[in-house]
Amino acid sequence: MGKLFAVILVIIAIASAIPIIQHTWKMPEDISTHGHLIDEQIADTMAEAGLAFLAAQFVLAFFVFRYADRKDPGKIKSFPGGAKVMVAAAVILVGTEVLALGIMGSRAWAGQYFTPPAADALTIQSQAGQFAFYFRYPGPDGKLGPQHPDKIDEGAQNFFGLDPQNDVESRDDIVTAELGIPVNKEIRLLMHSKDVGHSFYVRELRVQQDYLPGLDLMVHFTATKPGRYEIVCTQLCGLGHYNMKAYLNVMSQADFDAWLKEKASQQ
Amino acid sequence: MHDMSSASATQHHAPPQGFIRKHVFSLDHKVIGLQYYGLAIVAVFIGMFLSWLMRVHLVWPNSPIPGLHLLSKVGAPGDVMTPEYYLSLLTMHGTIMVFFVLTNAPFAAFGNYFLPIQIGAEDMAFPRFNMMSYWTTFLAFVVLMLAFFIPDGPPISGWTAYAPLSAVGGDAGPGLAYGQTCWGVAIAIFCIASLLGSLNFFATTLDLRAKGMTMMRMPLCTWAWFITACISLLAFAVLLPACILLCLDRVAGTSFFIPSGLVISDHLQPHSGGSPLLWQHLFWFFGHPEVYIAILPAAGIVSHILINSLRRPLLSHKVVIGSMMFIGFMSYVVWGHHMFLSGMNPLSSLTFSFPTLVITIPATVLTLIWLGSIYGSRLRINTPSLFCLGFISMFVSGGVSGFFLAQPSIDIYLHATYFVVGHFHMVMGVAAILGVFAATYFWFPKVTGRMMNETLGKIHFWGTFIGTYCIFMPFHYLGLVGNVRRYSAFTDDYLVPLIPLHKFITIAALTTGAFQLVFLFNLIYSRYKGKIASQNPWEATSLEWTIPSPPPWNNFGDVHPVVYHDPYQYGIESSTGDYIMQTSPESIVVERDEK
Repeated sequence: MGKLFAVILVIIAIASAIPIIQHTWKMPEDISTHGHLIDEQIADTMAEAGLAFLAAQFVLAFFVFRYADRKDPGKIKSFPGGAKVMVAAAVILVGTEVLALGIMGSRAWAGQYFTPPAADALTIQSQAGQFAFYFRYPGPDGKLGPQHPDKIDEGAQNFFGLDPQNDVESRDDIVTAELGIPVNKEIRLLMHSKDVGHSFYVRELRVQQDYLPGLDLMVHFTATKPGRYEIVCTQLCGLGHYNMKAYLNVMSQADFDAWLKEKASQQ
Repeated sequence: MHDMSSASATQHHAPPQGFIRKHVFSLDHKVIGLQYYGLAIVAVFIGMFLSWLMRVHLVWPNSPIPGLHLLSKVGAPGDVMTPEYYLSLLTMHGTIMVFFVLTNAPFAAFGNYFLPIQIGAEDMAFPRFNMMSYWTTFLAFVVLMLAFFIPDGPPISGWTAYAPLSAVGGDAGPGLAYGQTCWGVAIAIFCIASLLGSLNFFATTLDLRAKGMTMMRMPLCTWAWFITACISLLAFAVLLPACILLCLDRVAGTSFFIPSGLVISDHLQPHSGGSPLLWQHLFWFFGHPEVYIAILPAAGIVSHILINSLRRPLLSHKVVIGSMMFIGFMSYVVWGHHMFLSGMNPLSSLTFSFPTLVITIPATVLTLIWLGSIYGSRLRINTPSLFCLGFISMFVSGGVSGFFLAQPSIDIYLHATYFVVGHFHMVMGVAAILGVFAATYFWFPKVTGRMMNETLGKIHFWGTFIGTYCIFMPFHYLGLVGNVRRYSAFTDDYLVPLIPLHKFITIAALTTGAFQLVFLFNLIYSRYKGKIASQNPWEATSLEWTIPSPPPWNNFGDVHPVVYHDPYQYGIESSTGDYIMQTSPESIVVERDEK
C-alpha cells in the first residue's frame, strides 16, 4: 500500500501542476502600466512555490516507495547530516527565497502605494454602497462638492448626498454609474463607502482596494487598452454582494470627452 | 497552585458514581475529551452538510434542493436557496468548522484525553474547570445553533463578522439583527470556555508531570498541546473583549466599530467615532493564531504517530519543539497579512509581509524533518500512518500557496479570491482534519479497547485524500482567474465560463463527503464489533500504552508511574522488540539520545 500511496501522490502532484504549466485557466491580460510588476511577481513566486511543491511531494513519494513495508527492513539509517542539514536547508534555501520574493515584491507594492499620482492625474470619486458603485467627476471647476450623508436619497438619485443649492462646487459635479476613463491617462480614484465595507476589484487593471467606512482612501492607475471591464465587489457587503458590479469603460481621450459631455447633459 | 491541584485531586480520588457524574457532568478528563470529540463530530457533519448545500446552490442556483424549506421557510422558498440564505450558511459553515471542529477536535478533544495520561497524571490540574470548559463550549454551540431557529436566520456577515456590517443591526440585511447577536454571544462564550481549557492544559503540563517526566521527555503531541494552550490563552483573551464590544455596539448603542455618517437603507446611522479597522485588528490578532491552534496540535499528533510507524525517532526532538514554539510566537506578529488591502497604512502591509514569509522557515524545517525521518526508516503502512503521510502532503500543498498570499503586491490580485479559500482549506482545514483522523484511528483501541476496521479505514483514507485534492486544488486555478469568493452565484461575465470547473468541485465535494459516512460507520461499528485490541497494539512507547484499554477512571490505578526514557526509543534492540517504553526500567545504550 506504501507503493500505491507513492504512485498516487506523484499522479496528484503532476495533475495539479499541469493546468498551471499549460495555463488552462489564464489570468486576464494586464491593461495597466503597473500590472506587469505584479504579474512578474506572481510568475516568479509560481516558479519557486511550484518547484517546492513538486520537490516535496516527489521526495515524500520516493521515500515512502523505498522504505514502506520493506520485506527485509534492515538497519535504521539516518538521513546524512541529520537535523542540522534540514535546518540549514530551510534557513538558507527558504530564507533566501522568501527574502528575495519579499524585497522584489515590495517594488510593485511601493509603486502603487508609496508613490503619489502625477499632478495632472484625473481625479474621480467612487462611492460604494449596498449594492452598487457610483462615480463622480469634478466638472469644469475641478472640485468635488462636499457630501452630506443626511441628504443621501436614492429615490431622488442623490447618491452622494450633494447639496447644489448651498454648495457651489457641487453644481457641476457629474455622477455616473459607469467608470469612464481616458486611455493612457493616470486616474486618481478617491474611494468612499456609503455604508459598510466594500471593495473595488478590476482583474485586468490589477487593482483591488477595500472601501473603508469612515475613512476615504485613494488608488491610482493608468489603463493602457480601451475596452469594457467588470468592476466587482470583493468585500462581503450583504445579500446582494454577488451582484454588486459596475463597468470600467476605457476610451480614447476624444471619446471620453464626448462621453463625459453627454453624461453632464443628463444631470 | 499546589494546594488547589492537590485539593481537587483529593476530591477526585473516589471513583465517580451514577450516570450523570460518570457520563454527563463528569470531572474525568477522558470523558470530557470524548465529549469534546462527540461535539466536534456533530459539528463537522453539520458544517459539511452546509458546505454541500452551498456547493449545490453555487452551480445550480435556481434549482430546488428537496426538503430545504424544512431548514428555513424564508431562506428557501419553494426549496430554492436565496442569495442571503447562502451567506447565512457560509457564515455558519465557517464558524462551526473553525471554532467547534478545528479548535475542539485536535486540541480540546485529544488533548484532554491524552495529555494527562502522557505525562503520567491522574487527571487535569483543575477537573472542575475542565468540566466547566466543556459545558461552556456546549452552551456556545447551542447559542450558535439557535440562530438557525430565529425568524431572521443566521447572520450573513461571514465567520469574520467584519464591522460595520456585523455591528449596525438589522438595517444592513437579513440575519444581522438577532442572528448576529447570537453569533457574538456564542463566540464570547466560546472564548471563555477556551480560556478555561487552555489554562488547565497549561497548569497540568507544568505541575502534574510524573517523576522522571522532564519537559524534554514529553511526547511531541503533548508539547504541541502545551504550546497551543499558550497561544490559545493569549488569542481568545483578545477575541473575548472584541466580541463583547461588538455586542455592545449592537445592543447598547456604543460605536466602537462604527464611524459616523453611514447611510444604510436610506437611514442615517446614529453612530460616530468608531473604526471598522479596530475590529479587523482585534479579530485577526485572534484569527491568525487560531490557524496555529488548529494546525500545531495536528502537527504534534502526526509527529507522534508517524514516529511510531517509522519505528525510529524524528531526526531531532528538540528542533521540532523549537520550530513549533517559533511558529507559535510568530503567529502573533503576522495578523496584518489578512488586512493588506483593508485601508490600513500601506507601510504596515509591507511590515507584516516579512514575518509572514519568515514563518515559512520553521514550517519548512518541520516538513524536512518529517521527510528526512522517513529516509532509512521501517515505515509501517496502516490507516493512521497513511493519514499522517496525507497530512504531510497536504501541509506542503496548502503551505506553498502561502508564499503568494504573504506578499502584498500579489495580494492585490489574489485577495478575496478562491485562491485564498483553497489555501486555508488545505493547510488549516484539511491538513488538521487528516491529523484528527490519524489520531482517531491510532488512539481508538486505547479509548475503546477495540481496533477500528482497517479496510474501511483505508477506503476512507483514499476517498478523503484524493477527494480533498480534487476539491481544493482547483480553487487555486479559480483564484488565478480572479474568481471572487463569498458570491452566492456567478453572474459576472467573466465568472460564467468557470462554472464547469465549479461543477467538478461540487461533485468532488459530494463524493468526498460520502466517504466520511464510511468513517462514521466505522467509528460506530468498531466501537461494538471491532477486533479486541491488546494493551499496546501499535508497539508504542509513551505512557498511554502502559495502561489498560480503556484506561481506568484514575488512569494508572493507584500506581504513580516513573519515567526513565525519552519518549521515542524506537529502532533499538531491547527485550520487548525494537522499542522500549518510557516507564521501562530496562537500561539500554542509545547513542542518539538527545539531552
